[in-house]
Amino acid sequence: MDNMIKVDAATYKDLMKHYIETQDEQSLYGVEQVSKAFIKNNILPEEIVNLHIQALAELYPDMLEDFQHSMDFLLEAMIAYGMAHQEYQTLREKQNALKSEISVAASMQKTLLGTKKPTIEGLDIGVISVPAHQMNGDYHHFVKGKDGSLGIAVADVIGKGIPAALCMSMIKYAMDSYPEESMTPKAILKNLNRVVERNVDPSMFITMFYAQYIPASNILQYSSAGHEPGFYYNASTDSFTEIESKGLVLGVSPATEYNQYELKVNQGDMVILLTDGVTECRDGERFIETDEILDVIKLYSHLPSQEMVTQVYKHFEKLQDFELRDDFTLLILKREV
Amino acid sequence: MNPQSCVNIQKEWDIVGARQLGRDIAKKIGFGTVDQARIATAISELARNIYLYAENGQICFEVIDNINHKGISMVAIDNGPGITDVSKVMEDGYSTSGGLGAGLPGVKRLMDEFDLQSEVGKGTRIKAVKWVR
Repeated sequence: MDNMIKVDAATYKDLMKHYIETQDEQSLYGVEQVSKAFIKNNILPEEIVNLHIQALAELYPDMLEDFQHSMDFLLEAMIAYGMAHQEYQTLREKQNALKSEISVAASMQKTLLGTKKPTIEGLDIGVISVPAHQMNGDYHHFVKGKDGSLGIAVADVIGKGIPAALCMSMIKYAMDSYPEESMTPKAILKNLNRVVERNVDPSMFITMFYAQYIPASNILQYSSAGHEPGFYYNASTDSFTEIESKGLVLGVSPATEYNQYELKVNQGDMVILLTDGVTECRDGERFIETDEILDVIKLYSHLPSQEMVTQVYKHFEKLQDFELRDDFTLLILKREV
Repeated sequence: MNPQSCVNIQKEWDIVGARQLGRDIAKKIGFGTVDQARIATAISELARNIYLYAENGQICFEVIDNINHKGISMVAIDNGPGITDVSKVMEDGYSTSGGLGAGLPGVKRLMDEFDLQSEVGKGTRIKAVKWVR
């Protein structure tokens, strides 16, 4: 590094000399380059002032002593800037270290919470889940039962970031431990409610929509624990209705029972499940209306489900200037014609 | 061994005295202007800590001159409240720094060697050394 200073010091002096003689722009461009090299090599401001003093002394050996003192004074004034600069540098390195640690955690979360979109004949499934920050507080999960039924969970932790993400891992492992076929949506929520109530901080809440689709009868059974209601698209009337579902948020009261509902899914019908990251999208300061979401969904409803959810996401991502405020999860089931 | 020179720190004015003495010694040893200014700043930080948190203490300077090395050693001693969490005060951005990069981490950066001993209720001893390059 000392060598580096010497090389640049010589350049600095030459550039300054040239500038004093000509006041040309080229020297100024030159010093801009030198200055960048200084920053790259962590040269502190006081060292640059010192460089300037030395260059002056060489160019003007008879420099006024008062002027020399004034330059020393400037050097002293720069010391504190140098210290602050070094602190920023360290803090920035620490921040980078934290960032990369979080990104490792995020990719680990992806692996831990990963779920495979199952293939079910006659059913077209699309799903997208995008975190607002690196870690996702939304969660969706598919379970394919031996009887051919499909279990679908969509959940949202109130809160974002790392705490929410940690919480979700717990939910996933609780669900994994259930004997899949025997569980109905209301029984699953009842069980999870107990797990959350016992293990999670009272200030943290989890909402979940659990649905089970039975391909043989095309019936969707579902229960909700305070989750953002989804939508049902009726192809024969070409209209959307909100999926009715009442139930207490997970983790509030230990003895909560959940209602279970049923829905017949006909050819061309769609079931849309989501989290509040979708319904609470904002256009500037304004929350979007439900109809706006449905309009967008309808606009892309001719596409396969996976392309649909992707296009809808892209629409709202753009609407919010590519800055999500909350984790965004959208899941669409379409019964093929 | 060289004789030690010490400055008592009680008033804010004493900080200036300690800087002056430290700078004079540094100049005599042969430190350049930049390092002189850094040494004076380190003295300021140590002396301010005594003045603000211990009320009473002293800073002693010593010239180190052996075959390989020439340098200045400074020791700041006080009988103040001591430091409860040393790793915390050595953390950047904590307490006295306030984003200025000052405080003890600043001293550590300005100098080449740094050592801190502190006992709660008894006091603190900080030693810092800088070598002539």
